Amino acid sequence: MIKTFLASLAALLSFLVAPAAFAQEDAGGIDATISAVVGTVTGPFVSFIFAPLPGTSFPWIVLWLVVGATIFTLYFGFVQFRAFGHAIALVKGDYSDPNDAGEVSHFQALATALSGTVGLGNIAGVAVAVGIGGPGATFWMILAGLLGMASKFTECTLGVKFRNEYADGTVSGGPMYYLTKGMQERGYAMLGRVLAVLFAIFCILGSWGGGNMFQANQAHAQLVNITGGEGSFLSGNGWITGVVMALIVFGVIVGGIKSIAQVTEKIVPFMAVIYVGAAVIILIGNASQIPWAFGQIFEGAFTGLGIAGGLAGALIQGFRRAAFSNEAGVGSAAIAHSAVRTKEPITEGYVSLLEPFIDTVVICTMTALVIVITGVLNQDPETGLYIWDEAAGSIATADGSSGVELTSLAFGTTISWFPYVLAIAVVLFAFSTMISWSYYGLKAWTYLFGEGKAAELVYKLLFCLFVILGAAMSLGPVIDFSDAAIFAMAVVNIIGLYFLMPIVKREMHSYMARLKSGEIRKFKH
Amino acid sequence: MTQETFVVAFAGDDMNVVDYAAERAAKAGAKLHLVHVLEWSPYSFLTPEELEQRHVRRRNELARAQGAVIDPVLKTLAEREIPASGEIRYGSVVDLVIDTAKSTGATMIFVGRTTSSSMSARVFGTVSLGLAQAAPVPTVIVP
Repeated sequence: MIKTFLASLAALLSFLVAPAAFAQEDAGGIDATISAVVGTVTGPFVSFIFAPLPGTSFPWIVLWLVVGATIFTLYFGFVQFRAFGHAIALVKGDYSDPNDAGEVSHFQALATALSGTVGLGNIAGVAVAVGIGGPGATFWMILAGLLGMASKFTECTLGVKFRNEYADGTVSGGPMYYLTKGMQERGYAMLGRVLAVLFAIFCILGSWGGGNMFQANQAHAQLVNITGGEGSFLSGNGWITGVVMALIVFGVIVGGIKSIAQVTEKIVPFMAVIYVGAAVIILIGNASQIPWAFGQIFEGAFTGLGIAGGLAGALIQGFRRAAFSNEAGVGSAAIAHSAVRTKEPITEGYVSLLEPFIDTVVICTMTALVIVITGVLNQDPETGLYIWDEAAGSIATADGSSGVELTSLAFGTTISWFPYVLAIAVVLFAFSTMISWSYYGLKAWTYLFGEGKAAELVYKLLFCLFVILGAAMSLGPVIDFSDAAIFAMAVVNIIGLYFLMPIVKREMHSYMARLKSGEIRKFKH
Repeated sequence: MTQETFVVAFAGDDMNVVDYAAERAAKAGAKLHLVHVLEWSPYSFLTPEELEQRHVRRRNELARAQGAVIDPVLKTLAEREIPASGEIRYGSVVDLVIDTAKSTGATMIFVGRTTSSSMSARVFGTVSLGLAQAAPVPTVIVP
């Protein structure tokens, strides 16, 4: 087994290194070389995932996500709205047995899953969506967040129901397990095994892409931004940031320095509060413009307001960035949620549906409103349309920035020192997301290759390598690969969810009936 | 006449509280109920690995507390012929000692004096101070 993946590792490295010689001739600098080589390697995969539907420019993957989330919403009778209050009661612990104190609570599972999703997707990803899709992308992002709550409900219920509980008391769950065991229960054992293996492969790629490279890339971008932009010593030297971050990640996931991860897990929620708090301050300061901003969001959602692609462009970007940010339908959160201690798997489904709401409907919308209101997107004063920058492939911005730099610029227009706070927040968000995703990826890796120190070390070393690659590469290829890997997980996961959703419905009906009859009651605390 | 119950908030190393409570129990013909609370908040933040390991750790923590904290004291009390029981709970010490006092119908609580001068003790108060303020029955703070 070890030989198998050592051979795979050698193949991967040779794949990465071989074209490097050619790229070196064309472009100067280590960053440019890495960007060119990895971009070439990942290109075909990215092209396949984002291939347009025949005769259109609409990527099939976006339709896949939209249809999936819509079907789950309808199938479960708009569970995200009907069970919202009950989800909050569960998180508050109203239904938690006091005798289970000391076990993983619903709040803890939700917070840990959120630390994996709230990150650069909310800060940089939204800027990308609004920068390319215009303010209208926000509308589709919110809609995707609301629909995605049903997808998250489905997958997290299954994550708990089909988790593995080992003799030593540890638990492991996630799509690999519900695809295998759940599909077997439904009589599709072989298909389930194939889907589980495919999911595990894509989860490993996703952990290297969206859960790692994108995070490192945008953390580096913000560090460059606050240390002098183009003139910064870090500019064009992303590999330096990458090596430093990789060493810290190495210290945690290989060296076992748990204190770093624990401190990060405790600081990140406060950084999220500071980030949302700053956004609220900016919005209150510009309260009179909020109705106008929502007007832009609604108008842009259906007209595009001058952006390339119009309605479709806004919709594609909105759904793409929302899915990347809240990971609904992707299956990753089911891995974190499966550790909760509950006799009712469906309760974790209810709790998890709050995740896309907090992540996308609240935090992403805050970011988008700040970007729109602060006027960092250039508009033609006569027509009110946004000015399209053909060369950049996005709306022209006040200083030509995109991604996290655009968000930083927007916040900086009102709170001049906020970019420095944002830099700290971005690095911490990036780090916590990396820690979460290294765990998700490792679970997928051990599902494929078995548990064992040598096997796990290979994965962890590769994870650290991708931190360096992500920081060194330019945003374009990083975000394409990150999206492609995460969406590939969603393709496999959603197929499985279609087969398994009757099981979730059965659980839901049984639970709701017992809740209604008073059999399931609140505990006195 | 039913036997009185004294609740002892036992931190694990403050035997003088147990000794004093035992002395009072012997005189009053009361029984002791030890409560050892493992500080825990369901709203703390955990890493994914900690989530995975939590159930095992809880089991180990309970076994360790039972073996190293509660059982030796119960054995000592039994040798002194003082009826006693004990339990280990997770959560906030003040809340759980009060809850235990209510559920056992205790008539008195014994707790050790906290000598901590840490910032958190100054800001949030100590267990003894919390019990002195909120306990539903007379509370003895043993120096």
